[in-house]
Amino acid sequence: MKIIDAVHVFFDYMRKDENDKIEEISPALSDMNLEIEKGSFVCVLGHNGSGKSTFAKMVNGLLLPREGSVYVADMDTADDELLIKIRETAGMVFQNPDNQIIGNIVEEDVAFGPENIGVPTAEIRDRVDEALEAVNMTKYKDRSPGKLSGGQKQRVAIAGVMAMKPECIILDEPTAMLDPKGRKDVIRTVRELNKRDGITIVLITHYMEEAVDADRVVVMDGGRVVMDGTPREIFSRVEELKALRLDVPQITELAYELRKAGMPVPCGILRKEELEEVIMELLFEGDKGSCDSTDTDGTEPDLGTDGTEPDLGTDRPEQDLDTDREDKSEGACQ
Amino acid sequence: MSIKAEGLTYIYQAGTAMESYAVRDISFETKDGEFIGLIGHTGSGKSTLIQQLNGLIKPTSGKIYYNGEDIHSEGYDMKRLRQRVGLVFQYPEYQLFETDVLTDVKFGPKNMGMSDIEAEEAAKRALKLVGIGEDFYKRSPFELSGGQKRRAAIAGVLAMDPEVLILDEPAAGLDPLGKTEILETIARLHRERNNTIIMVSHSMEDVAEYADRIMVLDDGKLVYFDSPKEVFRHYEELEKMGLSAPQITYLMGDLKKRGLQVDDSVGTVAEACREILRLWKEKEEKSAE
Repeated sequence: MKIIDAVHVFFDYMRKDENDKIEEISPALSDMNLEIEKGSFVCVLGHNGSGKSTFAKMVNGLLLPREGSVYVADMDTADDELLIKIRETAGMVFQNPDNQIIGNIVEEDVAFGPENIGVPTAEIRDRVDEALEAVNMTKYKDRSPGKLSGGQKQRVAIAGVMAMKPECIILDEPTAMLDPKGRKDVIRTVRELNKRDGITIVLITHYMEEAVDADRVVVMDGGRVVMDGTPREIFSRVEELKALRLDVPQITELAYELRKAGMPVPCGILRKEELEEVIMELLFEGDKGSCDSTDTDGTEPDLGTDGTEPDLGTDRPEQDLDTDREDKSEGACQ
Repeated sequence: MSIKAEGLTYIYQAGTAMESYAVRDISFETKDGEFIGLIGHTGSGKSTLIQQLNGLIKPTSGKIYYNGEDIHSEGYDMKRLRQRVGLVFQYPEYQLFETDVLTDVKFGPKNMGMSDIEAEEAAKRALKLVGIGEDFYKRSPFELSGGQKRRAAIAGVLAMDPEVLILDEPAAGLDPLGKTEILETIARLHRERNNTIIMVSHSMEDVAEYADRIMVLDDGKLVYFDSPKEVFRHYEELEKMGLSAPQITYLMGDLKKRGLQVDDSVGTVAEACREILRLWKEKEEKSAE
């Protein structure tokens, strides 16, 4: 089932002079199409100005398409009457936690949303407790948000959205201002909300590492989707990503460089553990392999003494490459 | 061009019940033309520390020497210090306010007392350094892209020709290429002009790549001040402080634990690549024998 459906969406930012005359039009989305399945974890990548944030604001009706439509759980965002329902369905978390927190104490802040839409008091209590529990911030409920770290504030902001009982949360660079631990905590929280509570997650980020665990990675450029696939598929396309001002995770980059230098490393490696296994196999168990192969190769060295040995050296890794690739892709599916 | 701190301590709301230490007894000395990475969790005192280095806030106790002179001594020229030690805040593009890029960058040098013509020359030099061409001079700062705005804002500080440049998370919020552009610009300034750089960052990968030495703050205390290799060797302690080592360092650490003869203190892709390829070539040669 689709939770978000953007159909041929166009949007322009307009600059007007004092007399309301349009001075300049800059297109932000042009023919953007994107369907997002309910319950999925989708990561949206793209350089500054590629249209990611504009798209995010379309999803909860902060901006409306000039042409085309955006549907949230089959509700058209252009329908004024549905706006509140849409915003309850799809909540947003922005980059700067300080701009999103208004309460003097944490639980008050989380209660703001449900209070605002007239949820009965007793239910607000439950919702706030549940939301704080979901982001693992219960023990800070009586604190002043000002005293929290960036990552904690951001989790309070997420709790604020959770208290609205959304089906979907769109996070626009939620970790851009956080330190490594804060970043890790926020991403872990988001992943839990997805896996445990089935909340659809749309994560916009510039940290390629954060896309590794998504079900799907969507790359935007020039206001439309230009790449769409699993993290492994997308991060195998290193050159294309770099041409789009993007990058790949450090581990993927290292695997790519090793491969370029002639090591038979499969492409699209995402995680440290995977690369570790590949390297160990090639460098270590490879020795074991050559021991084993002395039996099978036993006849070959006789041939090789005529000076075919260098060939042997280069041929072998080629063979390894194919078998390795299969091994790895299987391993990755587990 | 060295900054020396001696027993630097800064207490917010000192003498009240709300008293809290932001910086505790920090001592260090920078070397001329050094690139320093400053890391630490949110609230570890990074921003408080750097604001003390150019005299924006005065330490509760302790001393700061710039080129051997106590900056809080009687009659010290603070204005001159702020010109020599340039500070680029987080999200500096929020501080762009003039009607066009050139005028904005001119503001600093003019404020320093330069004539309009001198200031304009200084501004043009600075914009060139950060890679913003003439066609942008007359544009509104708000028409620039995120990365361009950031560079224009940095130019505003560079126009004052500082000897030391302190930057608070200069790459935060930029896309990967924008980030690389900013960091390369800073690295180039460092190489070409031998500026001392102090760069606050939350990206361990970036400090591993660029810094000669890394300063690690935890709860206001200076815990490490050493080469990236030495600092990232302590990755377990770093994690306890809410930090980490670059992903690559973990990989190399694991490979070493599993018996590969690799240097486990490397923090960049290029270094790791060299290490692994070295072993790979050795093995290839062996199997060719």
